[in-house]
Amino acid sequence: MPRCAAGTKQDGTFHPDPIHLADSPKDPADDSTDAEAPRKQRKPIGWSMIFIAVLVAVSVILVWRRDGMHGVTEILFGDLALFGGILPRVLAGCLLGAFITEILPHEKVSRSLGPKSGLKGLLIATAFGAILPGGPFTAYPVAAALLTVGADFGATIAMVVSWTLIGYGRAVAWELPILGTDFTLWRIAISVPIPILAGALGRMVYVRLYRRGETE
Amino acid sequence: MSAALFIDITLWGSVAVLAFLVWKRGRVVALASAREGAMDFINIVPRIALGVIGSGFIAAIIPPEIITGWLGPDSGWLGVLTATIAGGLTPGGPVVGFSIGAVALKVGGGTPQVIAYVVAWALFAFQRLILWEIPFMPAKFVWFRAAVSLPFPFLAAALSMAIGKP
Repeated sequence: MPRCAAGTKQDGTFHPDPIHLADSPKDPADDSTDAEAPRKQRKPIGWSMIFIAVLVAVSVILVWRRDGMHGVTEILFGDLALFGGILPRVLAGCLLGAFITEILPHEKVSRSLGPKSGLKGLLIATAFGAILPGGPFTAYPVAAALLTVGADFGATIAMVVSWTLIGYGRAVAWELPILGTDFTLWRIAISVPIPILAGALGRMVYVRLYRRGETE
Repeated sequence: MSAALFIDITLWGSVAVLAFLVWKRGRVVALASAREGAMDFINIVPRIALGVIGSGFIAAIIPPEIITGWLGPDSGWLGVLTATIAGGLTPGGPVVGFSIGAVALKVGGGTPQVIAYVVAWALFAFQRLILWEIPFMPAKFVWFRAAVSLPFPFLAAALSMAIGKP
């Protein structure tokens, strides 16, 4: 039901290539779960995972040859501790994404963050990205949720870029202590226009690339 | 530590508020939604495990001098270009990226170059794209966003050069 709403959004204009999740394979077998919530498909382990796995395996061997078993276990335990610390936050992020998909009114989102939302949409997305709590475990599920409920690529790009460049989460936790206050504030100040510009550029390129036949 | 605590509190606070809002729409909806989120979590954990546990090893085999060597204040736009490429190639989590930036500043890297490095790393570090973005989001969106982000480390460096030092 919600997916139908998303598909026919915007004045009932028919979009041959819906902007949201145009690429996600809509597996028919997945439709049973889709009836409850309009979620993305779950991906099988793809080439990117295999690539990283190979890279990790090679790195482990190189570390082992250089530093011996001691070097390997030292890194392993450090990373395991990090992983344990992150896990609850990943869960929080996934729940946040699922709840947002459920709560946000699709009509409203596609109006204020959709392809026709203009500069205002980009500003809203930028502000949203800047105040979003948490790390990648929150930002990406929430961004995926926004795409699902009708935000366009441009607004979602603005949100992700804003989170990554001017969001306070990473800046407070990592950048301030490591790089110092002066550099961090300076870097953030310079970054302020970037999410809006990236979103605008994304929107412009997207329209050229994928939505040629449509009336704007 | 207090920063981490602050992040955890805002994060779980937001989850609680949203959970309450979903709950008000009815028990069935809330349970389905929570189950959906939990399933996402279960599906994503193996990828995150590979990424987080593996990234330490990848970072360990790349000597930071390789990345910091070319970012001197006299390196100009070539330095900015190098910084951008280095930022995209830097593996590991925020500690690695920001530490390399800090080392570069310490050994005399130019501010515009280091800003370009940090911005490029934040925008399109390949490891984060593959390990964090791709699992959560449509691949087409992720590559599109990375491609659109390419000019911005240069813009940040240009702004930094124009405005001057902090």
